[in-house]
Amino acid sequence: MNIPAELKYTKDHEWIKMVGDATALVGITDFAQSELGDLVFINLPQEGDEVTAEESFCDVESVKAVSDVMSPCTGVVEEVHTELEDEPQMLNEDPYEAWIARIRDITAYGELMTAEEYEAYIQK
Amino acid sequence: MKLIFEKGAPGQHLTLMPPCDVPEVTLSRPRTQPLDLPHVSETELTRHYTALAKRVHGVNDGFYPLGSCTMKYNPKINEDMAALPGFTQIHPLQPPETVQGCLEVLHQSEKLLCEITGMNAMTFQPAAGAHGEFTGLLLIKAYHARRGDAARTKVIVPDSAHGTNPASAVMAGFTVVNIPSSADGCVDVEALRAAVGPDTAGLMLTNPNTVGIFDKNILEITRIVHDAGGLCYYDGANLNAVMGVVRPGDMGFDVIHLNLHKTFSTPHGGGGPGSGAVGCKDFLSCFLPGPVVTRDDSGYRLTQPEHSIGRVKNFYGNFSVVVKALTYILTLGREGVPEAAKNAVLNANYMMKRLSEKYAMAYEGPCMHEFVMTLQDLKDATGCSAMDVAKGLLDHGIHPPTMYFPLIVHEALMVEPTETESQETMDEVCDVFLSLWELAHENPQALHDAPTRTPVRRLDEVGAARNAVLRYTGT
Repeated sequence: MNIPAELKYTKDHEWIKMVGDATALVGITDFAQSELGDLVFINLPQEGDEVTAEESFCDVESVKAVSDVMSPCTGVVEEVHTELEDEPQMLNEDPYEAWIARIRDITAYGELMTAEEYEAYIQK
Repeated sequence: MKLIFEKGAPGQHLTLMPPCDVPEVTLSRPRTQPLDLPHVSETELTRHYTALAKRVHGVNDGFYPLGSCTMKYNPKINEDMAALPGFTQIHPLQPPETVQGCLEVLHQSEKLLCEITGMNAMTFQPAAGAHGEFTGLLLIKAYHARRGDAARTKVIVPDSAHGTNPASAVMAGFTVVNIPSSADGCVDVEALRAAVGPDTAGLMLTNPNTVGIFDKNILEITRIVHDAGGLCYYDGANLNAVMGVVRPGDMGFDVIHLNLHKTFSTPHGGGGPGSGAVGCKDFLSCFLPGPVVTRDDSGYRLTQPEHSIGRVKNFYGNFSVVVKALTYILTLGREGVPEAAKNAVLNANYMMKRLSEKYAMAYEGPCMHEFVMTLQDLKDATGCSAMDVAKGLLDHGIHPPTMYFPLIVHEALMVEPTETESQETMDEVCDVFLSLWELAHENPQALHDAPTRTPVRRLDEVGAARNAVLRYTGT
């Protein structure tokens, strides 16, 4: 299971990567994509959306189920990775390159884990 | 296999159309292109549908333990009754005095199903379960609106619910509040207590729940919602386990839907058609979709409830489905209805006990009409998933159980044998399940390769979902 050391993780299996003081990329983890199976559809947020930590901001659909993606932080959607709309399989192939949204003006974070903590968490 | 449009040739036709017995009219806006209809002979047509039927697996072909779907045998007497000329040679716009028998069927079905469920009034308009959920939620919405209580915008749904529950709530204009299940798969009463408030419109629940367990706290659950000012909605998906034994109305539910096409033995799958009858307590009956059948000295009449939410389907719903359900209820009678429920529970427990020899059950203790296995251990040990085992069953002529549902159980297989399977059939099926468990350990590749004896092997579900072709556009 790929768990990059430089990222932070949520208990709902999202990752967050800081790219500025109050700006970050967010996506779903390798564990999440492997549990969900082949993704066939993503319902992306829109630019300018206000997102809240630990609340749903996006959903993904696999052949098994539709799942909410929870935001790791509170902020505003600056940019959306629109390529995912046509190629949701990018989330399966390279979940850490397939960021879902770039969030700016982050004012709060949900409960986040280090890579080590997350690895222990998914072992349970 | 070719589509019917890809068969035949121009000029081929058949002569099943009766002669036209009404005056011909010219359309005010005639078609500019001819209709693209198949050109096939009667022989070709018959072979086409026979070939399709041979590739289908229904409950008449073999075991069909699709959990939460209640694929019970549909007695053929139901079809005989629904085919009676008095039920078929009629028109929905006929004056009520000329279709008194049909209105009596609706009225009697309402009375019997209300008796079984503990409700006071019922509509047969909704065409299927999710349509019934939507209708029931509109009753709840109309109730709060009528009282001038605009703050009740939230519907509480447990995380084990059928996906249609939250979807119907959103369709009806509510916001969904998900509450987690407790470790035993039942409603977490403390989480419910924390979730209710002045914004609670209602709670949606099935009991027994989606993992096949009867929620013992049901009276406390409905009381918590009522005390907060909300109403309780019963999803009839799992009524087969308790029909004639306990009544949703007595559990504290205010509005319910039934799937006549599941619990009351009318065909489903392949489009049914279904019937998602919605029942309610007296205080909600003034909101029911109209028309409803009432009776006075002159006979049966169609009337509009005072504050009706309006029609949810044309005419009176899928009427012939109601005829079949009524036939079923009258065939079983007062003793037969609860006996069917008890046998459904007995069958499920019999299979669960036999399969627990190898397979891990998701929840401990006896089940109701269905049980959920978790194949996570098998997958970890052998690499064979719930999907692989399901595909292996196909090679034995068995329809797989419901897979990967409920979502709260990993590698779930959900088995619902129903009451209409014999012990011999269940023993054969259990032997197959157990042999597949052995096969997973001895030759996992064989299960990865399954099915090998079906007309098609593994379908490209991902490709079908990513690149859905939903409409025939020509060759």
